[in-house]
Amino acid sequence: MSSPSLPRPQLPGGLAAAADSSTLSTSAAVDAAGVLAPGEAPMAVPARTGRQQSRRPSWGPGRIAVLATLIISTVVFIYPFIWLLSASFKPRSEVFDNKLIPETFTFDNYLNVWQEAPMALWLGNTLLVTVLAASTVTISSAMVAWGFAYFRFPLRGPLFGLVLATMMLPGAVTMVPTFLIWNSLGMVGTLTPLWAGNLFGSAFYIFLLRQFFLGLPRELFEAAKIDGANNWSMFWRIALPLCKPAVVVTVLFEFQAAWTDLMRPLIYLRDSSTFTVPRGLKALLDQYGFGGEWHWEIVVTASVITTIPMIILFFIGQKQFVEGIATTGTKG
Amino acid sequence: MTASSTSTGPRPARLRRGRYSRSQKQDIRAALLFISPWILGFLIFTAWPVIYSAYLSLTDYDVINAPNFIGLDNYRELLADPKIALSLWNTLYFTLIQVPVYVVVSLAFALLLNQAGRSAGFFRTAFFLPKMTPPVAVGILLLLLFNGQSGLINTVLGWFGIAGPAWTTDPDWVKPGLILISLWSVGSSVIILLAALRNVPTELYDSARVDGANWWQQTLKITVPMISGSIFFIFIVHSIAAFQTFSEAYTAFFGSGNSTYSNDAALFYAIYLFQQAFEYLHMGYASAMAWVLFVIILVITLIQMKVSKRFVYLEGDQR
Repeated sequence: MSSPSLPRPQLPGGLAAAADSSTLSTSAAVDAAGVLAPGEAPMAVPARTGRQQSRRPSWGPGRIAVLATLIISTVVFIYPFIWLLSASFKPRSEVFDNKLIPETFTFDNYLNVWQEAPMALWLGNTLLVTVLAASTVTISSAMVAWGFAYFRFPLRGPLFGLVLATMMLPGAVTMVPTFLIWNSLGMVGTLTPLWAGNLFGSAFYIFLLRQFFLGLPRELFEAAKIDGANNWSMFWRIALPLCKPAVVVTVLFEFQAAWTDLMRPLIYLRDSSTFTVPRGLKALLDQYGFGGEWHWEIVVTASVITTIPMIILFFIGQKQFVEGIATTGTKG
Repeated sequence: MTASSTSTGPRPARLRRGRYSRSQKQDIRAALLFISPWILGFLIFTAWPVIYSAYLSLTDYDVINAPNFIGLDNYRELLADPKIALSLWNTLYFTLIQVPVYVVVSLAFALLLNQAGRSAGFFRTAFFLPKMTPPVAVGILLLLLFNGQSGLINTVLGWFGIAGPAWTTDPDWVKPGLILISLWSVGSSVIILLAALRNVPTELYDSARVDGANWWQQTLKITVPMISGSIFFIFIVHSIAAFQTFSEAYTAFFGSGNSTYSNDAALFYAIYLFQQAFEYLHMGYASAMAWVLFVIILVITLIQMKVSKRFVYLEGDQR
């Protein structure tokens, strides 16, 4: 692991402030901050100097063709959302009419869906699972990542190799025994199996966070040590705040993964009062879509309610999502 | 430890006893504390399940009664099970078509976005949004938009005089429909490739232009080779994911409600595994299936890695 292949994170500009608020005042730390702080981009965005992007675009026919293609594609990509949203405001008989603007505009579906299904309960369950999953996986993965990034200990290389190797293992192999573990603990049917595994970190996030920790200057921590900082405060009060962008990416990624997961709720949840929204949506589809009751307007409306929190999440953390994905893919 | 390798002669006794200084020992103890969550998790949720799964694959186990050792019977049964062959065929069909198409479409959009200049950010958002949609909702959208009679897709095809197929009920069109809707979520790959494109040094294009290379030649001879690392990364990750495809197909074609029509065309390996394990409670059989899946994925990945050595240009080699 001598040369990490991911781009090194740049230190955020707020380093000096962070250094002030903790016990750091040694010149080494200030120097490190002064040298390494200029990047305004907080994440590992590839530098843009002298790249293709800087070429001034000209308004030739080629560029117009590019833009036209992009606009048409955008319509194709966005239209399913609009279709779904529009259908959720239509009465049952018009759901399939493919009209952009509902002929008969009705808000009834949004009133009925709460009666047809315990949507509020499902949303609450999902929120609980999602918050627990995201917070536990972030803290545990960051701890482990810091352990691998900062300390030197025997078998560090092979152990980290093992972390990476677990990413290659298909989930199917561990799925059945993991179910049996939760079953023997009497947890099947509760929400616990959906998040408690996150207490032990997740290989992908450990890998991601370690890359960021490796980018922090070592002098900073040696100086902190001289000032009497212990191992935990070096991690919790210095390293973690400095890698905030990576932490935010981890939280957002896991929030999305936990919110949208279908397979684990299918495996572990039995009673509809414990369902998460995706699992509940599947139950609604089975009952109202195929089950002979043909209430597609309920299914459509519940789909909108399930999806909207994710759209909001994306717009809150758009920058982090995009940069996080770009980082993970730049030669893994 | 570097101190022990100085030329003051061999000191084996001291080496063993005083191998680590006190501060090193403290470091090791702290490191173990920090990585202890992962060590515990690895033992409980990876190592033990892998070993137990290997054992279970040699047993007959229904969760209620104790596992009954039956040797390789599960694997023999697997070979004779027509649904295994069917689900493997479905999965292979899906993977072999979906992955190349997905990569080419991602690359096409990334190249377009790279030419879009300032508006790239807006389009990138539009392409990424579908990736945020829960797979259940994607499965439902498949049923609605690809509906044979009244779906939007066939309505649009109708404008051009094309009579669209029954995407959601005709066994021949179920997998193409699933492949098409999977392309809706190319967004993350587009972002990865776009980031890679922006890292290609412009000097390369300048000299190519001097030599009279057109856009297409530049793309083929410079761009694609330069970002081959990222393309390969997407190829591997998506091959593995495609081979385990589950949620969208399960939502649209399986579950308690829709046993009314044949859904064999959408029976992917991961779905059949799920059914064996959690609907029929054939835990031993499902474990054997999981190991077969593991071997298949391992072989595919190794082949891809071998092939990639010949084609992938690694920028890291020069760093």
